[in-house]
Amino acid sequence: MNIVVLVKQVPDTAVERKLKDADGTLDRASVDGLINEIDEYAIEEGLKIAEAQREAGAEAEVTILTMGPEKATESIRKALSMGADKAVHLVDDGLAGSDALSTSYALAQVLGQTGFDLVICGSESTDARMGVMAAMLAERLGVPQVSLVIKAEIDGSVIRARRVSDDGYLEVEASIPAVLGVVEKINEPRYPSFKGIMAAKKKPVQTMSLADAGIDPALVGLGGAATEVVDHTQRPPRQAGTVVKDDGDGGVKVAEFLAAQKFI
Amino acid sequence: MAEILVLAEHTGDEPKKVTFELITLARRFGEPSVVWTGPGAEQGQARCAEYGAARMYVAGDAAFDDYVVAPAAELLAQLVREKSPALVLVAGTAPGKEVAGRLAVKIDSGVLTDVVDLQPGEGGPVAEQLNFGGSIIVHSQVTRGTPIVAMRPNSVAPEPEAGAAEISQVSLAAETAGAGITDRVVAERSERPDLTEASIVVSGGRGTGGAEGFGIIEQLADALGAAVGASRAVTDAGWYPHQFQVGQTGKTVSPQLYMAIGISGAIQHRAGMQTSKTIIAVNKDPEAPIFELADFGVVGDLFKVVPQLLEEIGKRK
Repeated sequence: MNIVVLVKQVPDTAVERKLKDADGTLDRASVDGLINEIDEYAIEEGLKIAEAQREAGAEAEVTILTMGPEKATESIRKALSMGADKAVHLVDDGLAGSDALSTSYALAQVLGQTGFDLVICGSESTDARMGVMAAMLAERLGVPQVSLVIKAEIDGSVIRARRVSDDGYLEVEASIPAVLGVVEKINEPRYPSFKGIMAAKKKPVQTMSLADAGIDPALVGLGGAATEVVDHTQRPPRQAGTVVKDDGDGGVKVAEFLAAQKFI
Repeated sequence: MAEILVLAEHTGDEPKKVTFELITLARRFGEPSVVWTGPGAEQGQARCAEYGAARMYVAGDAAFDDYVVAPAAELLAQLVREKSPALVLVAGTAPGKEVAGRLAVKIDSGVLTDVVDLQPGEGGPVAEQLNFGGSIIVHSQVTRGTPIVAMRPNSVAPEPEAGAAEISQVSLAAETAGAGITDRVVAERSERPDLTEASIVVSGGRGTGGAEGFGIIEQLADALGAAVGASRAVTDAGWYPHQFQVGQTGKTVSPQLYMAIGISGAIQHRAGMQTSKTIIAVNKDPEAPIFELADFGVVGDLFKVVPQLLEEIGKRK
């Protein structure tokens, strides 16, 4: 089974994130990057599925696919140290400023070359928080979208999964190849072992440029985007309000505040 | 007059509040045409008409019950090609955004998500988004295709206005398949408001100490007619169901009032609620980061503060 897991490197949410004044794009260079949190769950799911396949006597390989600038290699190595077999890093200056539509196009082009039985991705990234990649890729690749998944099982050429819904969940079923989008309830990502970290250094990371992937430069990057930032302003940070200690009347004080604000 | 497509979110025949928000917003740009998939349209029509829907395209194909996301996106693409609307509005819920994403690919149009306001502008609607946990206000536009905008629920106040909501039956011209639904499991339906729609949210964290302790959060929520939320610590521990989780990997809410009870306020959690208009926090730990965000905070034992608060609320009713 050919499993490709999408991994995005994003800025650390604990640090102040900024947009560049020049073009409104995210300033990735000036902050530390790390693996988008939910992608760790995608990697774990890929590893679990691969392990189950091998246990059943079938071959399986987990490839990490990352589209990102040079520094994304740190996140790729971390993903490999969890146990993935190899990686493809789509890196090209021409990709800077790509919107979701272009990103899905670029990734689909690479996936056309790597091939796949399952593309696994997280539900959303912590920087853009759009939550559209699984859907866009399924549309572009012409395969079923099995997303918002909290439980997945492969049964031969079928994937059965539990998809969260507003008020519970749906049991869904689709034929493979498919796109599998996961949410964090699906598993508990493993910590890389020391052995895994050392082994990761030797695992192959293939870099691809736009030309390597057959990506039309006019359809990606800032110029290829179908949306643009018109302007952006830093919002003044939220000021802390009044904090009191409970001296036996804490509840009363809250009620007074609620009443003053007309909530009760 | 420009036609605006609004994808209705509904449970059976009852449209969700966000649908009325979208119809109200659509009126800013043209005539709202509600797109209703699945059963319940005849009853839903009256409600949509109350908010000024001019038209309702109703599709009852089995595909909508049987398959996830893809049929709705295909129907919208079909309608975009036939009616050339000026704008497509969907709810910024997880499935709503998935429909928006697929539609964007189908018609090669830009898509904007988690939009909190949309105003007419030069060259098309201008969206307002609050990025990075609300620390940056961004104005953005779609520059190619028919703008597809996924609105954050609870951002636009629904305003009644009489409309005809004239129904026309439509159906999918192309076959869509994909992930098939084999079963639907519905958790017990709550009487409480929906977490992403409520104007007040009372949220409980690790400080509640367990499923039983969490009961006090529900009590406070009910006293205020609020929705219940939970921190990740709570849902991870199994004290409360996952669909109530507020935070980076849970739901993002922006109510009028957010009460964080026994929640430390880690970045994880803040990402899901920091744009709430008013924030109140109760926590034993004076150093808890939540106090940096709160408009009013009490350092104390929630099992003393909340019962007293409940008593006070009762007195004032």
